Amino acid sequence: MTQLMGDDPRIVEFDVRTDEMLVNMGPQHPSTHGVLRLVLRTDGEIVSEVEPHIGYLHRCAEKIGENLTHRQWIPYTDRMDYLAAMNMNLGWALAVEKLMKYEVSQKARHLRVLITELGRIASHLVGMGAYGLDLGTFSPFLYAFRERERILDLFEEACGARLTYSYITIGGLTADLPPGWLQRCEAFLDQFEPIIAEYHALLTTNAIFVKRTAGIGVLSRDMAIEYGCSGPVLRGSGVDQDLRRDGEAIYTAMYDGYAFEVAVQKNGHYPRDHQYPAVPADAVLGDCWHRFFVRMLEVVQSMDLARQAIDRYASCKGTIGEPLKLTEKMPAGDAYLETECPKGQMGFYVVSDGSAIPWRVRARSSSFSNLAVAPELCRGCLIADVPAIVGSLDIVMGEIDR
Amino acid sequence: MRGTSFLDQFREAVPGAVVGENLTAVDPWVEVVPAKIAEACRWLAKASPVRFDSLQCITAVDWFEPDAKKAAKNTWQPHTELVYHLWSTPAKVSLVLKCELPRWQGDVPGELPELPSVTGVWRGADWHEREVYDLSGVRFTGHPDLRRILCPEDWEGHPLRKDYEQPLDYHGIRGK
Repeated sequence: MTQLMGDDPRIVEFDVRTDEMLVNMGPQHPSTHGVLRLVLRTDGEIVSEVEPHIGYLHRCAEKIGENLTHRQWIPYTDRMDYLAAMNMNLGWALAVEKLMKYEVSQKARHLRVLITELGRIASHLVGMGAYGLDLGTFSPFLYAFRERERILDLFEEACGARLTYSYITIGGLTADLPPGWLQRCEAFLDQFEPIIAEYHALLTTNAIFVKRTAGIGVLSRDMAIEYGCSGPVLRGSGVDQDLRRDGEAIYTAMYDGYAFEVAVQKNGHYPRDHQYPAVPADAVLGDCWHRFFVRMLEVVQSMDLARQAIDRYASCKGTIGEPLKLTEKMPAGDAYLETECPKGQMGFYVVSDGSAIPWRVRARSSSFSNLAVAPELCRGCLIADVPAIVGSLDIVMGEIDR
Repeated sequence: MRGTSFLDQFREAVPGAVVGENLTAVDPWVEVVPAKIAEACRWLAKASPVRFDSLQCITAVDWFEPDAKKAAKNTWQPHTELVYHLWSTPAKVSLVLKCELPRWQGDVPGELPELPSVTGVWRGADWHEREVYDLSGVRFTGHPDLRRILCPEDWEGHPLRKDYEQPLDYHGIRGK
């Protein structure tokens, strides 16, 4: 009889004792977006605490910057957010230009807008595809990379590199566009536009995707601000802030005359939301779904900005101008500038003692601040939701560890 | 931050905190006494007319020239400078605070300089302070969990100090 009772699964159920267990996730786990290690304190399926361990990709970029001239450091900025290297180049170039009070030509300005907005599309495509992978669906990743490939081809034609461009540099850009590039870019944008609907069908309105993301990892507005979150993570929580509109003069001047609406929910509506799928009933402002949706809206917004930049660039006469010399001296002083990168607000701080080699360089990483909020979001969630939450922050370890 | 009226309010609200300012620099900045940084930040974040509700960045700049010949020409004395970049989400303006610390507490090499932590004002300051501690060697008193963040826990020295020397050996891995 006792033997029978021991085999009865119901009795076993009653007997299960749940203990606290530490689960190590990463640094080689595929859904941690690089070498992120998370230590989860779990009780059954519930996560009570998440502790991120970072630094596996620390390459001393700031120390290296103290030994190179400002322009020589450009390739190191490529390797921070390697999925949006153009935007990183721009951030550093503008910070140094701000210190030097240097203004680039109009043609270079519009070319910079065009290039960085394409970079934003490429970055958000990876963000979208990889987020699909995190949630267990493989196809969106292939759809995203098919289109990203065409952007990389355009970049390769313009500067010769496909990932680490060093294209935008202090004083302008390293080269002008080759002949016929604008037409190819326009052809790409025309072909890309209808594909957005496919993405929405694949993920945004997908019932499984909505179940996995809506109402999960809700980041309140105040917490997002207090943690210094930025970019789609901040806007996904309903904070109306985009440095392209609200930033410092040297950066907003780049977008002067461009028409765009910040992708943020105001009074329950996203800009032009009648063109997009409706917000699911379960979604709460600040959850994973909203962060994802803001990125998708920004892809369309960037396409629009890129089109405007093509027109303006094409109507500019003259050349883009020459970049500054490698050894051009900087005035003594310091300057800090944040730019709106795809992942958030990337800040560069340069301190100069009057030579061409900065005394101190500092990269304020957006992903660093965005990841810092993860322990708060993951408190009390299910183990399966941890990749969904961390993935929705769209982090890049190269930028966090620098 | 533009204009001096805000600065006057700041001086009044946190007496003795402001010791200097430069409003004509590329980024205008205000110098604050290290011991009063947390108090000053609390006022700036919670009570000031422009609510600086977000801390964007903390940077430590090591002002030290290891080369004695070059150091003799310098107009400044060796010190560590902490730079706080604040941002106000409602007003969309930024503010730069600077703090001057000795390179070593009491000029004893190896004793890290200290100042109050601002984690009580912005929770996001946690990781930023850990990074400054790790790379530049500044101790934040009152920080809940001050340990290295980018370097391994058993790493020696603070790499972003100008007199930092790379270790010759780390767990059998040859340096230099």
